[in-house]
Amino acid sequence: MRIVFKTNYMQDIRPWKDRYQLCLYLILLAVVAAAPWWLDAFYLGELTNVLIWTIAGLGLMILTGHTGQVSLGHAAFLAFGCYANVALIEAGVPFLVAFPLAGILTGIAGVTVAIPALRLHGIYLAIFTMALSILMDDIIVLSEPITGGVAGKYVGGVEIFGHLVDRWGTPDLFFWLVLTVTVLVTLGYINLLRAPLGRSFIAVRDSEVSAQAMGIDIARTKMISFALSCAVTGWAGALMGLFAGAFNNETFSVLISIQLLMMIVIGGLGSIHGAFLGAIVIGFLPQFLSISKEYVGALFGGNTVAIPGLEFGIFGMILIAFILFEPMGLYGRWLKIRTWFELFPFYRKDMFKRQKSYLKTERLR
Amino acid sequence: MDNAQLLISGLANGCVYGLIALGFVLIYKATEAVNFAQGDFMMLGAFVTIGLTNTEYMGLPFWLALPISLGIMGALGYLLDRLIIRRLFGESQTAVVILTIALGFVIRFVAGLIWGHEPQTLQNPLAGKEVRFGGLVLGMEDVAVIVVTILLTGALYVFFSRTKLGLAMQGASQNQLAAYYMGIPVKRVQGFIWALAGIVAGIAGILFAAKGAVDPTTGLLGIKAFAAAVIGGFGSLPGALAGGLIVGVIEPFASRYIAAGYSQVAPYALLLAVLIFRPNGLFSQVRVKKV
Amino acid sequence: MSLLEFENVTLKFGGLTAVDNLSFEVLEGEVFAIVGPNGAGKSTVFNLISRFYEPYAGSIRFDSHDLLRVKPSGVATFGVARTFQNIELFEHATVLQNLLVGRHRHRQTNLLSELLFLPSARRQEIENREKVEEIIDFLDLQAYRDKMIAGLPYGVRKVVEVARALATDPKLLLLDEPASGLSVEETSDMRWWIDDIRRQMGITVLMVEHDMGLVSGVSDRVLAMADGAELALGSPAQVQAHPAVIEAYLGKVS
Repeated sequence: MRIVFKTNYMQDIRPWKDRYQLCLYLILLAVVAAAPWWLDAFYLGELTNVLIWTIAGLGLMILTGHTGQVSLGHAAFLAFGCYANVALIEAGVPFLVAFPLAGILTGIAGVTVAIPALRLHGIYLAIFTMALSILMDDIIVLSEPITGGVAGKYVGGVEIFGHLVDRWGTPDLFFWLVLTVTVLVTLGYINLLRAPLGRSFIAVRDSEVSAQAMGIDIARTKMISFALSCAVTGWAGALMGLFAGAFNNETFSVLISIQLLMMIVIGGLGSIHGAFLGAIVIGFLPQFLSISKEYVGALFGGNTVAIPGLEFGIFGMILIAFILFEPMGLYGRWLKIRTWFELFPFYRKDMFKRQKSYLKTERLR
Repeated sequence: MDNAQLLISGLANGCVYGLIALGFVLIYKATEAVNFAQGDFMMLGAFVTIGLTNTEYMGLPFWLALPISLGIMGALGYLLDRLIIRRLFGESQTAVVILTIALGFVIRFVAGLIWGHEPQTLQNPLAGKEVRFGGLVLGMEDVAVIVVTILLTGALYVFFSRTKLGLAMQGASQNQLAAYYMGIPVKRVQGFIWALAGIVAGIAGILFAAKGAVDPTTGLLGIKAFAAAVIGGFGSLPGALAGGLIVGVIEPFASRYIAAGYSQVAPYALLLAVLIFRPNGLFSQVRVKKV
Repeated sequence: MSLLEFENVTLKFGGLTAVDNLSFEVLEGEVFAIVGPNGAGKSTVFNLISRFYEPYAGSIRFDSHDLLRVKPSGVATFGVARTFQNIELFEHATVLQNLLVGRHRHRQTNLLSELLFLPSARRQEIENREKVEEIIDFLDLQAYRDKMIAGLPYGVRKVVEVARALATDPKLLLLDEPASGLSVEETSDMRWWIDDIRRQMGITVLMVEHDMGLVSGVSDRVLAMADGAELALGSPAQVQAHPAVIEAYLGKVS
């Protein structure tokens, strides 16, 4: 175990524990940034996809993981960002302006939604956002002049500083674009968490009464959280649109909302790492399944059978296993493993024990 | 006359929503958890009965298959609580929500594996029979749905508000620790409730499959039933039925009288409106947390 | 000079009168205790100050501000901090983070400067941490500094709650049963801390407490309540000797 002897406040404020940890993350970043040189086109595309899901996961993590407001409707904001971005580009706005603007517009949309939803708690908010996500499908169809309705939209590459950035034409550049956005969002998120605003999110999540008593305006804090969360999700949606190339009203269904929420639960709620780990699981699960299906198929005489719903079925089982055995997600598991090695042989099983409480409701009847 | 016909078919659909909503409310009342898989439970109930009674499967007589499938659904509900939900005792509500959503995926997958993805109907003695009432022609199935739903809701309502066991169950949900102290076997009560919810879902599934075709994605209907439960005020049994009927009736009327494209929005728009203006449903039950 | 002033405050829940025409004032620099049997309305007084309840009649003034005109979150910005009877900490955060939340009312930065962590945000963080570390030292919490609240024993949580309230740099500290559930040693620690809070930090303390030993040990004045109304007000000894108080606790002497 490395023990850091702290001699000034910056050591607590800095996001990294010590030089060693900083180097580790920088090396990781460098290796990922070099991916176009060591990955073939197919897997580079997959990695890009994982990063886009990571951004979406970071967006939802702000709201659900750190502010404690469960949303089952974030696909609606993915859709909003995606369409806003494309509509702006089609109106002749250069990508470097359209893209940030798409996120900001999604953030504003998020606040608009948040205002009526502020009074809703827990499960009711989840239902509210879920209904919103279901309605989004119809809203897209109804606003056909902008969205192209059921026929959907096609989007080619975008131009940045005279370079064409396109998922198929220049996958390397597209990957770096996505990576840049991921890094920027992550840095912003880290800054948020070490500043008063991020702590006020956590305060609202853990106890609204005492957050209030500390001078935190609950409604305002939730609104800001919605705004940030939706803006980031909007960016992810915009990138998803560019990545897919074509999309319509059914691309961002309520299932995507659910998948997104499940992703951050598997990754680990309330941690930035969780969004990354969850996205990796979501991104590579289909690949893993198709490979293992071929393998199993070969075992039983060589024919691969298509099993509809398999992906979601397996996904559901993984999720159930996580909620039962590792409610803190992959990141929680990683923390335990790391602590085990650091403290060897003094690790105790109850070190990460969660406090269980008896249910007591505010319901009167 | 046309409107009356619409109303009846809307009511029959609404009853199915109401029955699923009843399952939501039962579990919510007794455990404060929300079972998002209730719609998939219903689908499973329908398929279990189809599997028992349809000629291409086991071909048991309908009236024999009925109690067996309800028994199976009850047992499934109980086992689900015993093996999975009970382990979450003391965890947050959200954990249960996510777990049941995942469970829905798994149930849909398993049902697809066993019974395939083609829509199927339940062969039943009521099929094709009609009742003439004034100038109205009612399907026998629709009448059965409405009658069964009303009886079931009434019975459950009386059970919860009049019997000792029913009251104990409510107590168990509102303050688990105090309920323990009062000698209420909280865990056993929860198991019982999940079994009951399984049976109610089974009844809903049978009625649904008698009226129309089911396939593994039918469970997504649960979302509409969910809207019904919220509109009726989560936690009230008659409210759940009322909410179900409202959603059921709105649908056919909306598609008749509102421009296409807007009509399927109606139930959800109503749900959003209820949540915004009466956040705790039409019969509010929540008070501010005491510190 | 009076810091907090209750004037003819009445609060009703439906037909029940929880606080009945209550008037008292807390003077600057004193330790003021409210005692009374369960259900006397002591915690309700705190919740009125925190603006969780809207009084039916009367006025509550703090430091020449009308408290009834601000939102619940506005109370803290005037310099009122509180603890809770059943401990309301941020469970899934560390002790340090909990205390830093206490600094929230001194936030000067805006969203943008925090997202970019500009020098202003950094300066503010350093300032916050200086203050918080002082309090950690003061209440002997060094050992728990980076621990999650969820794993801490009850007695420590109680102290962390006091620490979090102190981190807001309050003028008035409301302690809701600071000694309930504490061992004898922990209670005597609490007693010295309350004394130090008043003497060293110059913070006025208003507390609700059952432990009469603690109350008479630290408080200057005591208000005894029953059924939402005042029974007696005076020094600890006066209140303890007051016939109405003895009657409320022990029943009527016939």
